Amino acid sequence: MRARDVLGYSARSLRGHRLRSALSLLGVAIGVASVILLTSLGEGAKVYVTGEFTSLGSNLLIVVPGRTETTGAAPMVSTAPNDLTLDDCEALLQRVPSIRKLAPLVFGTAPASAGERSRDVMVIGTTPEMLEVRKLRIGIGRYLPPGTRDAPICILGAKVQRELFDNRNPLGEWVHVGEARFRVVGVLAPRGTSIGLNMDESVHIPVHNAMRLFDRSSLFRILAEVHSSAEIETARRQTIAVLTERHNHEEDVTILTQDAILSTFGRILGILTAALAGIAAISLVVAGIGIMNVMLVSVSERTREIGLVKALGATRPQILLLFLIEAAVLSTAGGVLGLAFGLAVGKTFQNFVPDFPVAPPWWAVVAALAVSITVGLGFGMLPARRAAALDPIAALARRRA
Amino acid sequence: MAGPIIALAGISRTYEVGGRPVLALRNVDLEIAPGEHLSIMGPSGSGKSSLLNILGCLDRPTTGTYRLEGQETSQLSERELALVRRHKIGFIFQFFHLVPRLTAAENVELPMMFAGIEPQERKQSVVEALAAVDLSDRTEHRPDQLSGGERQRVAIARAIVMRPAILLADEPTGNLDSASGREVVERIEAMNRAGITLVVVTHDPAIGERAHRRIRLADGIVVSDVSQKDGTP
Repeated sequence: MRARDVLGYSARSLRGHRLRSALSLLGVAIGVASVILLTSLGEGAKVYVTGEFTSLGSNLLIVVPGRTETTGAAPMVSTAPNDLTLDDCEALLQRVPSIRKLAPLVFGTAPASAGERSRDVMVIGTTPEMLEVRKLRIGIGRYLPPGTRDAPICILGAKVQRELFDNRNPLGEWVHVGEARFRVVGVLAPRGTSIGLNMDESVHIPVHNAMRLFDRSSLFRILAEVHSSAEIETARRQTIAVLTERHNHEEDVTILTQDAILSTFGRILGILTAALAGIAAISLVVAGIGIMNVMLVSVSERTREIGLVKALGATRPQILLLFLIEAAVLSTAGGVLGLAFGLAVGKTFQNFVPDFPVAPPWWAVVAALAVSITVGLGFGMLPARRAAALDPIAALARRRA
Repeated sequence: MAGPIIALAGISRTYEVGGRPVLALRNVDLEIAPGEHLSIMGPSGSGKSSLLNILGCLDRPTTGTYRLEGQETSQLSERELALVRRHKIGFIFQFFHLVPRLTAAENVELPMMFAGIEPQERKQSVVEALAAVDLSDRTEHRPDQLSGGERQRVAIARAIVMRPAILLADEPTGNLDSASGREVVERIEAMNRAGITLVVVTHDPAIGERAHRRIRLADGIVVSDVSQKDGTP
């Protein structure tokens, strides 16, 4: 039997009962579309988060006080971590050659007001290096001038500027933050949230002013930029060595690297995507059962036809093939339709949320199509075997189907 | 004369019905010469259909041997039997058994499709077969657009398209009015005159009497076997 004949025969019998074929095809289409859409969203989330972290600044080390690993038993003597200090910053800058630039970070929230208006803001106390280390962009004015550690000046986030000053130019104006007064020297360009810190809602002041404001002598974080990504591991080890030595030989800091964070998030989101694909795949199994049902009905309706073709000399494998291909044509058509639909919906979604990349990973496209063909062949097997095994005499003796 | 095209020896067929064996055919011996026109008659339950199914290789005898063109068939596999049906036997059924969604031409083409014959060659054979039953103007009609007589003629075309040696007709006029029935019978007999061996199973004496050789079955036994050399009166 020729391939074209097999396909033609199957296609004609599917067209013979259009509605039934269309409905079972729709089942597969919905399954495939949901696999495509859910993996698109999962993959989009992964790309989005990766982008967010990359926008943090490249080759970044983040020094966090305290060890985040859980140790086995609670220690007998509590070892409270030593504070991170500005002296630590100086030491790192001098003794770790692979660190190019470094910015301390003091963090807190405080009410900010200008004239009648006030709101709570995130206060970031830092040094001029922050601009480069965090890849911040200035909208108007300037960032902290070089060398600034202690001066009554501030830079506003875009949203803070809007809420305190509307459209007025805030440069040169005074803003009250907590108990202190700062003159505005610049406004950050709008940026939106990145890893939970919304820079638009922040106010940046020199590091000493922030320490006084919050009555604190320790740093929240130290951000360090390394010359190249190849040096990150060296820099991490040296940083720990220097700080351990300075903190009474106690390793009491945790270093987060961008790579580590990225790979952790990548892993989590990868698992999430796979889980979503798995859930969507369940709908493909349901669709497969639908196909099996339709094919079983088809076999019993066409009992006489099967008897006839057996009498005409069709062998058992030929009949098996005819019905298998019929099921596969059904499921593959559903798969292609679902793929097109899933991609179209993804594209539409993309138009509404341009920042969020919605594209299915290639493996999901391949897998969805492969699975839809397999579903047809797998669930078509039982009906096809039943058709092939029919006794021609009994099948022909059936008067009217 | 050449050897028989069909040679049955000691054929019995037993069915299990409700746990009890029922003998449908008892020790049937039958030889049919190439080109013969033979009718098998008898009341229902006499074993006509069982005999036809065995002749058509749709069924295997419980005991006995069946040689078709000298080939012993009782040892053939299911696949080999399908090939015998495909190449050597043409079937005509009481209920036509056309595939409703296919056109007349496509129905006739079916056996050649399963045989994997080139589309070009198929088209040619289909045209010839439909011309032989005078349906050249009906090739693109589907069965529901054809009369009963026309449907049976499509079925005849399908039965001969593979140029089989034997034509087996099971009550070919049983579902037709007398005019269409006569036309169908004449077509089939024309095939026989062209050389094909024709076996007609019927309980209609008017059809059965037309055959040159008439077999009568009762209770699975051949009770008479009459030959009439000079055809119908």
